[in-house]
Amino acid sequence: MDDLTREFLLESYENLDRLDQEFVKLEGEPGNLELLKSIFRTIHTIKGTCGFLGFTKLETLAHRGENLLSLLRDGQLTLNAEITTALLAMVDAVRQMLASIDTTGNEGERNDEALIATLTRLLEPVALEEKEEANPEPQEKLEKEKEPEFPPDVNLGEILIQRKAAKVIDVYDAVQQQHEGDPRRVGEILVEKGVVKPQEVLEALSLQQQARGTGVSDSTIRVEVSQLDRLMNRVGELVLLRNQILQYSNTTEDSGLLATSQRLNLITTELQEGVMKTRMQPIGNVWSKFPRTVRDVALSCGKKVRIEMEGKETELDKTIIEAIKDPLTHIVRNSVDHGIETPEKRIAAGKPAEGCLLLRAFHEGGQVNIEISDDGAGLDLEKIKRKAVEKGLITAEHAGRMSEREAANLVFLPGLSTAEKVTNVSGRGVGMDVVRTNIDKIGGTVDVQSKPGAGTTVRMKIPLTLAIIPALIVTNRGDRYAIPQISLLELVRLEGEEAQKRIESVQGAPVYRLRGRLLPLVYLDRELRPEGRAEEASKGTAANIVVLQADERQFGLVVDSINDTEEIVVKPLGKQLKGIKTFAGSTIMGDGRVALILDVLGLAQSANVVGESREHAISGTEASAAAQSGEKQTMLVLEVGRDGRVAMELSLVARLEEFKREAIEKAGDREVVQYRGKIMPLVDVAEVLRLAQKQGGEGKPEMTQVVVYSEEGRSVGLVVERILDIVEESFVRQQPAKHEGLFGSAVIQQKVTDLLDVHSLIRTAIPNFFDDAPMHQER
Amino acid sequence: MANPQQFCTFYIDKQFFAVPVQQVQEVIRYQEMTRVPLMPPVIRGLINLRGQIVVAFDLRRRLGYADRPEEQKPMNVVVRAEEETVSFLVDEIGDVIEVEEDCAEQPPETLPAEMRELVRGVYKLKEQLLLVLDAERTVNAAGGGWQRN
Repeated sequence: MDDLTREFLLESYENLDRLDQEFVKLEGEPGNLELLKSIFRTIHTIKGTCGFLGFTKLETLAHRGENLLSLLRDGQLTLNAEITTALLAMVDAVRQMLASIDTTGNEGERNDEALIATLTRLLEPVALEEKEEANPEPQEKLEKEKEPEFPPDVNLGEILIQRKAAKVIDVYDAVQQQHEGDPRRVGEILVEKGVVKPQEVLEALSLQQQARGTGVSDSTIRVEVSQLDRLMNRVGELVLLRNQILQYSNTTEDSGLLATSQRLNLITTELQEGVMKTRMQPIGNVWSKFPRTVRDVALSCGKKVRIEMEGKETELDKTIIEAIKDPLTHIVRNSVDHGIETPEKRIAAGKPAEGCLLLRAFHEGGQVNIEISDDGAGLDLEKIKRKAVEKGLITAEHAGRMSEREAANLVFLPGLSTAEKVTNVSGRGVGMDVVRTNIDKIGGTVDVQSKPGAGTTVRMKIPLTLAIIPALIVTNRGDRYAIPQISLLELVRLEGEEAQKRIESVQGAPVYRLRGRLLPLVYLDRELRPEGRAEEASKGTAANIVVLQADERQFGLVVDSINDTEEIVVKPLGKQLKGIKTFAGSTIMGDGRVALILDVLGLAQSANVVGESREHAISGTEASAAAQSGEKQTMLVLEVGRDGRVAMELSLVARLEEFKREAIEKAGDREVVQYRGKIMPLVDVAEVLRLAQKQGGEGKPEMTQVVVYSEEGRSVGLVVERILDIVEESFVRQQPAKHEGLFGSAVIQQKVTDLLDVHSLIRTAIPNFFDDAPMHQER
Repeated sequence: MANPQQFCTFYIDKQFFAVPVQQVQEVIRYQEMTRVPLMPPVIRGLINLRGQIVVAFDLRRRLGYADRPEEQKPMNVVVRAEEETVSFLVDEIGDVIEVEEDCAEQPPETLPAEMRELVRGVYKLKEQLLLVLDAERTVNAAGGGWQRN
């Protein structure tokens, strides 16, 4: 393919993508002349160029579209759904032909008679009226309109001549002078010769600048992605070399070398960031296709849906953008097809007929959050549970115990489809599980929340880049392995005797009690050498437990030693090694040797910590179940109000804080504090539990004790009188709950203590705390 | 000479082997390897080849020979096969030689099965026989040395 055609294809693809958006926008505001003009220009350019390149079919089709558009632009026709559909079909046909040119070099065997006929038919009402007068040739019009504009490569002399500000001969002389070595610019020469007024040159310059599109097109260039990939690889190698040099320079006394390597360190980091930046693309690039998708899906199922976007400019690595494209499209289609109701149902439910799909993206903690929320009917949790039980994915007993959120996340199980009828859009029982798998693959997480009648939100957390990630380096039998830090929760080290005592076994499966919860343990060595003898770790040495999170399930990985964290460059594994799910890739360490990167999910699966079928952890309910069975738990004991004594699970505590009384402010009728850049509401535990407050006369203490509870980045502070103790004790819940916010009572440290049900307590005090925050802002 | 071919030669247990020179990227001395657990024994480990990570195949194990003695370090013949770069671990490196196509024959039926599958042809040289390997098949997942021991 020649360069000209390639250039044409690239440009046309971009233009077509823009067209899709513009058409959809135009449908919303049919009177927008600017939009129409822009669309017209794009089609006109395509038509012109393919006529020039000899693609006649393409030209014919584009020409028909152009005719139709020119009538719309001149107000002789008004846009309606039929015309939009026909024009979009034309855009699709053009796109297909371009794709065909891209792969085979010609337009391909196609028959667009029907489409051309439709386009012609739509032209007819006007064409008939105008039979007498000559059909105004749209091209001419455009050329007329374009006359004052100049092509982008026009030179100053030509502008001056056209504006009759300079004579041809003068300009010619000036250019000649330049050729002979005069370093001055044509404008300068002319002004100095006195043949042109400086004012004229300035005006001509500004015209030239306009023609060049304010210089934006000049300041950017197209680069092949493969080129950037290669560059990224080289930078990756440079990072490794830098690591090696740093390691070496730390062992020498040579101050010159030390300084140089520090400098190298800095520059490499900057270079790495710079190259990464070139690969970053705004997520809007993927989103830009969605208005069209939403329009088509909505139209095909008779719904009205508006799409809104927030954070279009949020940037992600190119490879990640590619990886999330399909999952996002799937979720968007799903939301329109299943989430949002038909206009009749919506009106009956007291909602506006037009549904709203909101896409949000924002950075948080080195990750990108993407949310897709609709204001539809929400998930039918009972139906989902029933389906899951029917299909044998979960047990009925399990279903009964599930929290709303757990039930909602059942949609990610393979083989579960709740669509009543299978449409061509979605509902085939493949889909959400594939979404989950794809997001998992790039180290992201996905979660769904739903409110009956109010909508559904799918939330993804995606890493910024895959190429260079922070990782924890561990050693097993002298070999080093890297564990992506994103899966890492904490590190536990048990010394000597403690290691033997604290690691217990349930039917031969080793477990460790981490703050009252059973943490299944996986020995890395046994996973890597299944044929080796299962040597017991009872050598009396310390045990290093790396607490990892895989698919909402925690487990402890026991390794020989824990080295350090390091930025590693992820290299893919060769084809021969791909089959092994225990490894996610490889990397080169500071000393130049290769280390394998562990795939935490794969490891958990092969160790049976998480089932292949992804049965979900029964989180929240575990604790209360444990409270009944009398298992040992770690509790935080608190004094609330006057002599109230309550206990809560320590694992629910994010932090303990003290606030000065002045720091407590009011927002509405709620007390709040500023905490880590956010506003955190305060809940007085005694007040919610209707316990007697301390006598007013005693005066409030100078400092307020607050237990911080966090979920999904939102925090709430529980105000207590005093923090009494942390106890690890087994106790039996004896009395049933006597109040909202309590599980019941038990004897802890020989004293009767109320057991705090933190969730219900918060819900009582702040009814909407557990609601979906962004959706809440929406309403 | 009618249709001469160039081969990069090497020795495995004193037997003369070769791969077409076009497929060979480079030949390097022994490199430190990182072993890969859970892999069949024919894959000896991963090598850092100037920033590129390549899989090292032990041709002794692949062809059904006994392991080389501990103190004998293998050499690497870095080969491009199946769109990937891999390394063949061999005992010793020979010269690049030019051989006429017409002195080749099909491998004899009596060759051990795992070797016959990989030998593309036997070239009758003056002093000895040269077995030319099919690099693609050598890295393919079927055949000897792939079972875990």
